[in-house]
Amino acid sequence: MTPAGSLLTADGLRKVYGPTTALDGADFSIHPGEIVAVMGPSGSGKSTLLHCLAGIVRPDAGEITYNGQRLTDMNDTALSALRRSEFGFVFQFGQLVPELTCVENVALPLRLNGAKRKDAERTALTWMERLEVDDVRDKRPGQASGGQGQRVAVARALVTSPRVLFADEPTGALDSLNGERVMELLTDAARSTNAAVVLVTHETRVAAYSDREIVVRDGKSRDMERLV
Amino acid sequence: MVCIVLRMSIGHTLLGLLESGPRHGYDLKRAFDEKFGHDKPLHYGQVYSTMSRLLKNGLVEVDGIEAGEGPERKRYAITEAGITDVQRWLATPEKPEPYLQSTLYTKVVLALLTHRDAADILDTQRAEHLRLMRILTDRKRRGDLADQLICDHALFHLEADLRWLELTSARLGKLAKEVLPG
Ligand SMILES: Nc1ncnc2c1ncn2[C@@H]1O[C@H](COP(=O)(O)OP(=O)(O)OP(=O)(O)O)[C@@H](O)[C@H]1O
Ligand SMILES: [Mg+2]
Repeated sequence: MTPAGSLLTADGLRKVYGPTTALDGADFSIHPGEIVAVMGPSGSGKSTLLHCLAGIVRPDAGEITYNGQRLTDMNDTALSALRRSEFGFVFQFGQLVPELTCVENVALPLRLNGAKRKDAERTALTWMERLEVDDVRDKRPGQASGGQGQRVAVARALVTSPRVLFADEPTGALDSLNGERVMELLTDAARSTNAAVVLVTHETRVAAYSDREIVVRDGKSRDMERLV
Repeated sequence: MVCIVLRMSIGHTLLGLLESGPRHGYDLKRAFDEKFGHDKPLHYGQVYSTMSRLLKNGLVEVDGIEAGEGPERKRYAITEAGITDVQRWLATPEKPEPYLQSTLYTKVVLALLTHRDAADILDTQRAEHLRLMRILTDRKRRGDLADQLICDHALFHLEADLRWLELTSARLGKLAKEVLPG
């Protein structure tokens, strides 16, 4: 069952790691431009769900459809091409390349797609301005604060104008004030480009920036919208 | 908008206690105090005024009267309308506000006692809380610093409620063992 107009859907996802059932029939769907929070206890399968949706992990069973294409039918090369062109990623830690400056980090996805250095860095800088971190452009990630580093990571995730941004605990390492600033800028930027956002978080104040939430418990998902 | 009210629906709670079978007034009071009245036992007067209101509204009926004097001799039974009323109360989320715990706790325990889906009650409440948090977050983003501070205060309190809801859903199995007889 694919809800009408949805960009990315998953049906009955199962994923087993040895004795652990990480996903046990999880469903998901998101529309273009929609921000969906994925919540639930630690170990319930949130990250596994995100990795499956993003084509990083292959589910053992179930189906994932992105824009009419079945991810489950695609080979690894096609999957990584899809990830590069359509998806952006923000994680909790350690995603920036420590040897590159912040602007080089943000420009990196464009460079990997073949853009010239100067063009890539110009576009990168406009994203850094939007996320209010253009002042750390020439610093290395290790010289920026955690909040700045996270905003650089958001800029890098959005620089290719992805249709879906996957964010796994993007504010997990930040204090409330910085976390909220990251969420404000992230959601503003996503809305302005009509990117859908899959936002994994255990913080309800962060989830309150979403349009809708699902809760994952014991590998099963529950759409909370239907309850209100 | 966020006000501090300790509301506890005694009527619904007594009705819920009657679902497992008819009881006398004194027996109802004892069951209430044991399960919900930790720091605040009911007065007999509250029980009888509540029961006569429920009787008038057709939510309970008198099932028998023991020989002797006094209102505590009446035995009450819940009616179909009474069951529907409890069901509606349990299924309707509370208006999110700080210090809801006693009402929510009562709903959860009653749901367990009457073999309803307690997890559903917690999730419904959770969704309602998050709905209000979204509205406050949106207001905060558009507002000035004063709006931000006021909304943040409410948001932190609602967040605390939500943590309690999540923790309670994780402990439902344990709670059921404690409140259910046998
Ligand atoms: N690569 C892996 N190998 C083995 N087990 C795994 C792997 N990835 C996840 N798991 C297990 O699957 C379950 C779900 O993990 P997952 O990371 O999806 O949880 P989560 O909801 O993201 O938790 P958290 O909130 O702590 O990040 C856990 O029991 C975890 O130990
Ligand atoms: Mg995780």
